[in-house]
Amino acid sequence: MEELLSSPYLPPLVATLLIIALFPLVAGYMVLAERKVLADLQVRLGPMRVGPYGALQPLADALKLMLKEDIIPSGADKWVFWMAPVLSTFTALSAFAVLPLSDKFYVADVNIGILFILAMSSIGALGLILGGWSSNSKYSLMGSLRAAAQMVSYEVPLGFATVTGIMCAGTLSMQGIIQAQYERGVWGAFDNYLLMLIPTVLFIIAGTAETNRAPFDLPEAESEIVAGFHTEYSGFRFALYFLAEYAAIFVISGICVTLFFGGWLRPFPNVGFLETPLNVGLPVVLFAAIALACIKGATRQIITGFKLGMFGLAGAALLLAALFAVPVINPLIVGLFWFLAKVAVLVYMFIWYRGTFPRFRYDQLMDVGWKWLIPMSLGGLIVNSIAQMLARS
Amino acid sequence: MSIDSILFYLFAVIILGSAIMTITRRNVVHSAIWLIGALVGVAGLYLLQGAEFLAGVQIIVYIGGITVLFLFVIMLVPVREEALTHRFSSQKWIAVFCSVVVLVILMAFVVHGGGSLEFPTREAPLEPGSLTKNSEEVGYVLFSEYLLPFELASILLLVAIIGAVVMSKTRKSETES
Amino acid sequence: MDAILFSAADFHVLKPVILLCLFGCGILITDAFLIRNRADRWKNAIPALAAQVAVAASLVQHLGDVRSGGAFSGLNGSMQVDGFAVFFNWLFVLAASLAIVISARYMGAEGEHRGEFYALLLFAQAGMSVMAAGYDLVVLFIGLETMALSFYVLVGFLRDTRRSNEAALKYLILGAFSSGLLAYGFSILYGISGSTNLGEIAKAVAARSEGDLALFLALITCSVGLLFKIAAAPFHMWAPDVYEGAPTPVTAYVSVASKAASFALMLRIFLTAFESAAEAWMPLLGAIALVTMTIGNFAAVTQTNVKRMLAYSSIAHAGYILLGLVAGNETGLRGVAVYLLAYVFMNYGAFALVAALRREGEAAEDIDDFNGLYHRAPGYTILLAIFMLSLTGIPPLAGFYGKYFIFLAILREGYYLVAVFAAIYVAVSAFYYFRLIRACWLLEEGEQQKPAQLDMNFGTRAALVACALLTLLIGIYPQPFIDLAGESVLAALR
Repeated sequence: MEELLSSPYLPPLVATLLIIALFPLVAGYMVLAERKVLADLQVRLGPMRVGPYGALQPLADALKLMLKEDIIPSGADKWVFWMAPVLSTFTALSAFAVLPLSDKFYVADVNIGILFILAMSSIGALGLILGGWSSNSKYSLMGSLRAAAQMVSYEVPLGFATVTGIMCAGTLSMQGIIQAQYERGVWGAFDNYLLMLIPTVLFIIAGTAETNRAPFDLPEAESEIVAGFHTEYSGFRFALYFLAEYAAIFVISGICVTLFFGGWLRPFPNVGFLETPLNVGLPVVLFAAIALACIKGATRQIITGFKLGMFGLAGAALLLAALFAVPVINPLIVGLFWFLAKVAVLVYMFIWYRGTFPRFRYDQLMDVGWKWLIPMSLGGLIVNSIAQMLARS
Repeated sequence: MSIDSILFYLFAVIILGSAIMTITRRNVVHSAIWLIGALVGVAGLYLLQGAEFLAGVQIIVYIGGITVLFLFVIMLVPVREEALTHRFSSQKWIAVFCSVVVLVILMAFVVHGGGSLEFPTREAPLEPGSLTKNSEEVGYVLFSEYLLPFELASILLLVAIIGAVVMSKTRKSETES
Repeated sequence: MDAILFSAADFHVLKPVILLCLFGCGILITDAFLIRNRADRWKNAIPALAAQVAVAASLVQHLGDVRSGGAFSGLNGSMQVDGFAVFFNWLFVLAASLAIVISARYMGAEGEHRGEFYALLLFAQAGMSVMAAGYDLVVLFIGLETMALSFYVLVGFLRDTRRSNEAALKYLILGAFSSGLLAYGFSILYGISGSTNLGEIAKAVAARSEGDLALFLALITCSVGLLFKIAAAPFHMWAPDVYEGAPTPVTAYVSVASKAASFALMLRIFLTAFESAAEAWMPLLGAIALVTMTIGNFAAVTQTNVKRMLAYSSIAHAGYILLGLVAGNETGLRGVAVYLLAYVFMNYGAFALVAALRREGEAAEDIDDFNGLYHRAPGYTILLAIFMLSLTGIPPLAGFYGKYFIFLAILREGYYLVAVFAAIYVAVSAFYYFRLIRACWLLEEGEQQKPAQLDMNFGTRAALVACALLTLLIGIYPQPFIDLAGESVLAALR
C-alpha cells in the first residue's frame, strides 16, 4: 500500500480515472447548458420538466440513450460501424491527458503536449469518416465526405494558429506554455503588441469548424442530410458520438485557453495587489451569488422534492464559496477554477454562435477555409514572428 | 526482457500484422484502416526511440492528413468488386517469388552483417519521466545543420502543389461552354 | 546558440539554385497577374531565359573562383562547388535554354501553353543543380526528388492526350519505386557511417573490410535506384513510354538533362562514397552497361516511332556512358563528360526537329512521316542528318569524341572483349539512324495524306542552328571542350 501511494504513476492514474468518470456527466450538463442558452436566445424556457428547471434532464437523456435499441443497419460494415464511435470517443478523451486543468491537477506534462492533442484530434476525424462510410447510407456517406473535407481544410489554419501560439511561448509543453505567459506577464492573445489577436480569432473560428459546430456543422446538417455521419447510429453508440463531440469542444476550448488566455493563470497574473480580490474575492462572490440564485429559485418551486434539491444546490455553492475563502485550500483549487471559468466562457461562445449564425453553404465553407483563413493564418504567423524578433532582440 | 524490448516486439507485431492485413484485404477501406494500424505502430517505435516530436508528426501527417485523404478518395471513387478480385492474380506468384528473394537477402544481411552498422549513440541514457528537449533539438538541427534540405524540401512541396493544380485545374473554355 | 546559419559564402554557393527558384516563383506570379491573353503565353519564356542568363553569370563567377582557389563548399559542407558541379550546371543551363526555346511553339500548338510549364522547367533545373553540387545524402536525395517531381508533371502536361497521361503515371510509379530503393540504400550508408556527408561516408566505407554485407547491400540498392534514373537495362522499361508520351521538348529535356543530372549523382556517389569499393561495383556496372547497349540498340532497330527510337537510342547511349565509369580511369571519365556535352546538342537537335514536324496540326512522329522531307525542307534535313551521324559517332562530329575517349579508356584497362561488343553495337546503331536519314530522301508515291510539314518559329530555328553548329564545332575543334571536361573530371577524382 505504502509503495502504491508513493508510486509516480498514482496521481496520473487517479486523474485519468476521475476525468473518464466525470466527463460524461460534464458533457451531459454541457448539453443542458446549450439547450438552456439556446432557449434563452430564442426567448423560450428550454427543458423544465425533469428536476427543478430541468436540472436532471441530462440523466434522463442518458438513461434513454442507454435503454434504446441498438440498431445496426443491414449492409453496414459491422466491425467498422462498431469501431468508429469508439475511435472518436477514445481519441477525444485521450486528449484530456495533456490538458493542463490546473498547476496541480493534470495527467501528464509531456514535451509534445500540444502535438499530442492535435494528433488525437486528427485521428478522431477518422471516427466520423469511417462511421459515415460503414453505415451504408447515402446521407451518412455524404456527411462523412463533408467531414473529411472540412477537417482537412480547417486543420491547416488551426495548425498555423497553434504554431503561432507555440512560437510565442517557445515550447510544446502545455504547462510550459502557461509558464511562458506568466513570465512574459501577458496572456498569449495580447502578446506581440496585440498582433497575437489574429491567430486567437482564427483559432476560435477554425476550432469551431474542427468540432463541426454551427455555423460549420455541414457534416450533420439536419436540413440537408438528416443527421449526417451519425444518421444510422442509435442508442449507446449515438451517445458515444455525442460524448466525443462535447469532449472535442471542451478540448479545443482548453487548448485555446492554454495558448491564448493564460490557462489556469488568473487575469493580470503579475499584478500583485489583484491577487486577493481575483483569487479569493471573485470566486467567493460568484459562488455566493449562485447560492443566492438557487435559494431564490427554490422559493418558486411547488414540488417539495425540487425545492429541497434547489436548497441542496445552494448549499453546495455556499460550500464551494467557503472552500475558496480558506487560505490553505484556495491555492489548490483556484487554478482549476480559472481554467474551467475560461473554458466555460468559450463554450458559451460556441453555443452563442450556434444560436446566431446561419449555416454556411458548402462552397462558402471551402472558400472561407482556403481563401481566407489559411492565408490569414499564414500572414499572422509571419507578422508575429517578425514582431517577436523585433521585440526580443 | 526489459519493458523496452517488450514494447518493441509489440509494436513490431502491430506494424507487420497491420501491413499484411493492408495488402491482403479485398475491401479498400479495410486496407486503409489497417494501414492506420501500421502507421500508429511506427509512431510507437519513434516514441520508443525517444523521438516524441517525430511520433507526433507521424500521426498528424500520415493519419490525420494522408489516410483521411485516402479514405476521401476511396469514397469518391466507386470500386467494382470484380476488379479487385482479379487484379494482379497472374503476377501473384512472381510477386511472391520476388518478395521471398528479397526477404532471404535481407535476412542474410541481418544475421551476418546487422551488427556492423554504427549509429551515433545518445550521450546519457534517458531518465524515466524526465522531459527531454527533443522537439527543441529537432528544431535547432533542422534550422542549422540541415537548413538546406529543409529549404529544398519546401521547393519540393511547392512543385508538388503546382503539379497538383496543373493536373486538376479545369480549363477556362470548358467552364464557359 | 547564435551561430551564423546562412552566411554570405553559403549564399554564393547556392546562388544558381536560389536564382532558379526565385525566377520560377516569379514566373508563376507574372503568369497569373500580367499575362491575360492566351496568345501572350510565350512571353513566359522571357523570364525563363533571363533566369538562364543569370545562372550562367553566377556559374562564370563560380568557375572563376574554382580556377583561382579550388573547390569550395558551403552550408556545413552539404554543397560543394567544384569543376564537376560547374560543368554539369553548364549542361543544365544549355539543356534548359534549348528546352525553353523549342517549347514556346510546341506547347502553343498543343493547346497546353501555360506559365507553370516554364516554372516547372526551372524548378527541375534547380533540383538538378543541387544534384550536381550536393555533397550530402539528404540534399542529394531532395534535389533528385525535386527534379523528378517536376518531370512527372511536365511529362503529363498534355492532359488531353492519353499517351501523355500514361507516360506521367508510369514515370511517377516507377520513379517513386526507384527513389524508394535509393533512399533505402542511403539509409544503410548512413547506418554504416553515422553521417550523411559524402566525405565522412567515404572514410567509413574505406574502413570496411572486403565483402562486407552492409556495404554490399547499400551498393546494390543505390545502384539499382540510380540505374533506374539513367534508364539502364534492365531498369529501362519506363523510358520508351515516357519519351513517347511526353511533349517533345520535355522528352528532349528529360533525355538530356535528367540523364546528365542522374549521371552526375551517380558519379558523385560512386567516385566518393564507394570509391574504395570499386572492385565490387566495376564488374557489376560493366555487365549492366553491356546489357544496356544490347537491349537499347537492338530494340531501337524495330521501332517505327521516332521518339521511341530515340528513347531506345538514349538507353544505348547510357550504356556507353556507363562504360566510361566502368573503365574508371581519367580518360574514361573525360569521355563521360565529353559524351554528355555532345549528347546535349545532337539529341536536342534531333528532338527539336521531331517537335517541329506536324501534319495538319497534329504532331507527326513516325519514321514514315519523314518520308521525302528532303524535298520539302532540304536545309533542315541536312541538319537532321548531321545530328543522326553525330549520334552514330561518325567523325568529325561531336558524338565521335565521346565514343573515342570511352573506347580508348576501356582499351587501356584491357577490356578488349567489351570494346569489340561496343564497336559492333555502333554498327547496329548506324542502321537505325541511317534509316531515318534514308526516309528523308525517299520520294512519296503520290496519293496518301498530306505530307508532314515543319512548323518553325524563330526560337526553334535558332536552337536548331546552334545545336548543329556546336555539334560541328565540337567535332572539328574539340580541344577547348575536352579541356573543360577534363577540368571537371579532375575535380571529381581529386
